[in-house]
Amino acid sequence: MGSRGSTLSKIPNVDKLMQETGFSQAHIIRLHDRFRALDNDEKGYLCPQDFEAIKELAMNPIGDRIIGAFFAQGPQQETVDFNSFVKVLAHFRPTDKNRPKESTSPDPINSRTNKLKFAFQLYDQDKDGKISRDELLQVLRAMLEMQVTEEQLESITDRTIQESDTDRDNAISFEEFRKSLDKVNIEHKMSIRFLR
Amino acid sequence: RPGSSVWGWCFDQWHLSAILNNVFFFLSVFHFSQRFTTVVPESCMLILLGLVLGGVVLITSKKQPYQLDPGLFFLFLLPTIVGDAGYFMPARLFFDNLGPILMYAVVGTLWNAFCTGFCLFGMKAAGVIVEAGLMEFLLFGALISAVDPVAVLAVFEEVHVNETLFIIVFGESLLNDAVTVVLYKVYISFVEVGPGNVQTADYFKGIASFLVVSIGGTLVGLVFAGILAFVTRFTKKVRIIEPLFVFLLVYLAYLTAELFSLSAILSMTFCGIGCNKYVEANISQKSRTTVKYTMKTLASIAETIIFIFLGISAVDKSKWAWDTGLVSCTLIFIFVFRAMGVVMQTWVLNRFRLIPLDRIDQVVMSYGGLRGAVAFALVVLLDGEHVKAKDYFVATTIVVVFFTVMFQGLTIKPLVKWLKVPRSTNRKPTINEEIHERAFDHILAAVEDIAGLNGYHHWRDKWEQFDKNYLSKLLMRKSVYRKSELWEAYQKINIRDAISVIDQGGNVLTSARLSLPSMASRTSFPEVTNVTNYLRENGSGVCLDLQVIDTVPGAKMEVESETHHFLAGNLYKPRRRYHSHYSRHFMTTGDQERQEREVFQRNMRSRLENFKSTRYKRYKKDRSQKKRRGSDVKEQEANDKPRLEREFVNVPYVCADPIVVPLESEEEKGEHTEPEKEEDVGITFVARKAPETPKERPKSVPAALEVCQSPSVFPPSPTSAEKNLPWKGGLGTLPVCVSMEATKIIPIDLQQAWNQSISSLESLSSPPVPAEPQHPRVSALSRLGGPARIHSATVPVTGLGSAGSTDTSQGSVLKPQSRDMINYAGHTGFPHQVCCMLDKHGPI
Repeated sequence: MGSRGSTLSKIPNVDKLMQETGFSQAHIIRLHDRFRALDNDEKGYLCPQDFEAIKELAMNPIGDRIIGAFFAQGPQQETVDFNSFVKVLAHFRPTDKNRPKESTSPDPINSRTNKLKFAFQLYDQDKDGKISRDELLQVLRAMLEMQVTEEQLESITDRTIQESDTDRDNAISFEEFRKSLDKVNIEHKMSIRFLR
Repeated sequence: RPGSSVWGWCFDQWHLSAILNNVFFFLSVFHFSQRFTTVVPESCMLILLGLVLGGVVLITSKKQPYQLDPGLFFLFLLPTIVGDAGYFMPARLFFDNLGPILMYAVVGTLWNAFCTGFCLFGMKAAGVIVEAGLMEFLLFGALISAVDPVAVLAVFEEVHVNETLFIIVFGESLLNDAVTVVLYKVYISFVEVGPGNVQTADYFKGIASFLVVSIGGTLVGLVFAGILAFVTRFTKKVRIIEPLFVFLLVYLAYLTAELFSLSAILSMTFCGIGCNKYVEANISQKSRTTVKYTMKTLASIAETIIFIFLGISAVDKSKWAWDTGLVSCTLIFIFVFRAMGVVMQTWVLNRFRLIPLDRIDQVVMSYGGLRGAVAFALVVLLDGEHVKAKDYFVATTIVVVFFTVMFQGLTIKPLVKWLKVPRSTNRKPTINEEIHERAFDHILAAVEDIAGLNGYHHWRDKWEQFDKNYLSKLLMRKSVYRKSELWEAYQKINIRDAISVIDQGGNVLTSARLSLPSMASRTSFPEVTNVTNYLRENGSGVCLDLQVIDTVPGAKMEVESETHHFLAGNLYKPRRRYHSHYSRHFMTTGDQERQEREVFQRNMRSRLENFKSTRYKRYKKDRSQKKRRGSDVKEQEANDKPRLEREFVNVPYVCADPIVVPLESEEEKGEHTEPEKEEDVGITFVARKAPETPKERPKSVPAALEVCQSPSVFPPSPTSAEKNLPWKGGLGTLPVCVSMEATKIIPIDLQQAWNQSISSLESLSSPPVPAEPQHPRVSALSRLGGPARIHSATVPVTGLGSAGSTDTSQGSVLKPQSRDMINYAGHTGFPHQVCCMLDKHGPI
C-alpha cells in the first residue's frame, strides 16, 4: 500500500480526477505507470512524438487522429499531462448500469453522448461541428487504404452522407451522427475493459 | 388374422422413403398454418409425428423395424447440421464471445457430467434406483449432460433471443463435443477394463486425450479450411463445381477428424468458420446462393429426419426398461446442475466481461440446456454386455430428450417473452453503421495500445493485420483481394435498395392497374414498367414474344416517345450473346459481374435522394389514409417509381465528370480484364461497331445524330434504334431522359472520350470480334428468331427495311416502334439488370 499511496500522492488532484473519470485507484496507478512508460525523458507530460513511438499506433489507419484527439482537449495544447490523458481514456470506460441517476450531476465522461462526441471529433477535423464530405472521404480513404478506387470511395461517401443527412446541408452534424447510430449499442461498442 | 397381416405387409412396403415423403408433406402443411408453428416448435411437432408413426408401425407389424441408427446419425445427419451451423456461424460474434463459450463448453459440461454421475451413484447407494457401477453412472452422466447442437438450433432459431445469448448457448453446444467424446470414450474403456483395473496414470491419459481430441480436431478443421479456401481460389474457370468443393471439403474435415477419433464436430465447425470468409469471397454469386440453399435444405432435412426418428425409435418396447427413480432423478439432476453450473460460471465470467450476463440471461441459458439426438445415439451405441443397465439408460435418455425438447422447447418462448429477454432484430446495418463501427474498432484498438492494455481489441487488430497482409493474400483471388469489405457492404445495401424500389414499383403495378402486358393500354409510365417486368419474367427478355406486345391496341405518339425515352434511359449495355455451345462445366457469369459493376459505378446521389423522399412519404402516410386516398396515392407512387428507376440507371453517364470517364476506362483495363478473360467467347462489347453502323444506315438520317450518340447508349443497338426512331431526329440533342433531367446533359466531346475509352478497352481485353457488321437490330431479331447465323443473312433486309420505313414515315407507324423498343430492350441490359438484382435478392 505504501508504494500505491506514494504513487497516488504524486498525482495532483487525484481525488477529483477519480471522481470525474470514475476510475478506481488501481486503474489510476496502472494508467500512471503507462503514462510514465510513454513519457520517455520524464518530462511529466506527453508530446505527439511520444504517442508516435507506439508501434501499433503507427499501423492504425486513424491512429494520427486519435493522437490528435488527446491534444484537442484544451485550446491549442501542445502537451498532454496525466490528468487529461486519463480523462481522454475515461471515454472508453464501460458505462456502469447501476450508477445512481442524478439529474443534477453532469453527464459522466463515459456516457453515450460523450463517447459519440469523441468519435465525432475524430471525423470532424476542422471542428465546425459538422462532418463534411471531404472529412468523411479522408477517414474512409485512411480506413480503406488502397482497396477501393477513388470513385468507389466517393460513392460510398455520398451515400453515407445522403443517408444520415436530414437537413440536406451535405454534411453530417452531431445530431445526425447520433441519429444514424441510434440502433447501435454504443455503450458496448465504444468501451474497453480496463485492467485493475 | 388375415387383416392384420395385410396391414403389416402394407407397412413393410411402406418404406422409409415413403414415410419421409409424407413427413415433408406434413411439414409444408404445418408451415402453412402460421399460427400453429409460432406456438409449437417444429421439433416438438416432428417428435410427436414420429411417435404416432412409430405407434402405427408397431401396431401393424408387431415389431419396430426403424430406429435412429447411430451410424447413419453420426456419418450423415449430424455433419449436415453441423456443417451448416459452422459455415454460417457469425464469426465476429463467435470470437467476441469465445471465452464464455469455451468456459461453458468445457467447465460446464465437465461439471454437469461429474455431478450427475456421482449423484446418480449416490442415489443408487441410497437404493432408489437401479443397480449399476460408478463408472456406468459416470458414463451415463457424461453422455446425458452435453447440450445438443441439433436441439438448441431447432428451438432457438424459433425463439430469436439476442445474438449474444444465442451464440453462447449454441457455441457451447458445438464445442462441448470434444468433452463429451473424450469422457464417453474414456469411461467406456474404463467400463470395459473394469473399474478395479484403472490406474492413476489412466486418468492423466484421459486429460491428455482431451487436449489431443479438442486441439487436434480444431487443427484438422483449420487445415481443411485453408485447403478449401486455397482451392476455391483457382476455380474461376469451373464455377459449377465450386459448391461441390465446399461440401466435400467441409465434410471431409468431419470424416478425417472422425477417422483419427478427434472431435469431428469441432473440426467441422472450425472448418466452416475458418473458410467462410475466403470461400465466400472467391466463389461466384451463384455458387454462394447454391451453397447457402443446399446447406440449409440438407440441414433442415437432416433435422427433420432426426426428430422424426427420435419419435419413432421411442416406440419400441424391446429396447428399453423403465425405472421411475432413475428417470426422475436424472431429470432433476440435469436441470439443477445445469442451473448451478451456469450461475457459478457466469459469476466468474462477469468479473471479466465488459457487458455482464444478467440474471435473465442466466435463466435462459440454464433453461436452454437442451439434450438431444447426440445423447440418444451415444446411448444406443453402448455395449449391452459391459453396461448392464443399458436399457434403463436408453429409456431415461429418451425421456430426458423428449422432456427437454418438448417441454422446455415449448415453454421457452413464453418464458423469453415473460422475462422480456432482448430479442434479436433482423435489421440490416446501414452504411453509416458499417462505417462508424469499423472506425470504432480502430479507435478501440488504438486506445488499447495507448493505454498499454493488450486486450481483446489489440489482438483482434493484430489478427486483422495478419489476415490482411498474409492470409487473404494467400487464400483469396487477386481480383477479390483488392475489394474491400466495406465496398461489398455498400453494394449489398445498394442492391437491397434497388430491389425495394423495384418491388414497390411492382406492387404498385399489380395493385393499381392492370398487370398483364397484353391488356396494356399504355397511357402512363406504370405500363412501361410493366413491359420491363414482363421482360424480366421472360428470362431477361431473350425469349420475348413479340406478339404479346404487338397486340397492344392503339397508343399515342407522345406516350410512345415517353416510353422510348424511359427505356432508352434505362438500357445501356448489350447483353452478351448466348454461347453457341453448352457445357455442363461452364456457367456464364462474366456479364453479370460487369453489369453489377455498371450499376454501382453510378452516382447514387440523386437516386437515393428520391428514393428517400418517396420512402419518407410512404412512411408518413398512414395506411388507412392510403386506403382512403386509394388510387390517388398509388398513381403518385406509380409515377414516382419509373422516375426513380430511370435516375437510378441513368445517372452515371449523365452526371459523370468528363475527367472521370477516361479514369474509369483505365480502371477497367487494370481491374476487369480478368473477369472478361474468363469467358471463352469474346463478348459483344461492341462499342467499336458504332463507327461501322453508319455505313448501313439509310442516308436520310440527319448527320448530326452521328455525333450525338448518347454515352448511355454506347452499344450500337441503341444508337441504331435511336436513329430509327423519328422523335430522336426531332430532338436533335441527347435523347436520354431529357424530359426529366434536362439539367444534366453530356457534352459531345465527353461522348467521344467515352467511345474512345470503350474501344480501347475492347481492343485490350477481348479478342477482335469477327468482322460481322451485323445490324444490331438484326442481331436482336435473329436472336429472337432462333440461334441462327442463317437468319442474320436474311433478316437484315427486313430489319433495315422496317427501320427505313420508320425513318421516312416519322413514326406514324406504331408497330415497328414498339418492336424497336422491345428489340432494344431485349438487346440491351436493362431487363437483365433487373434480373441480376433479383438474383441477388436471395443471398442478401
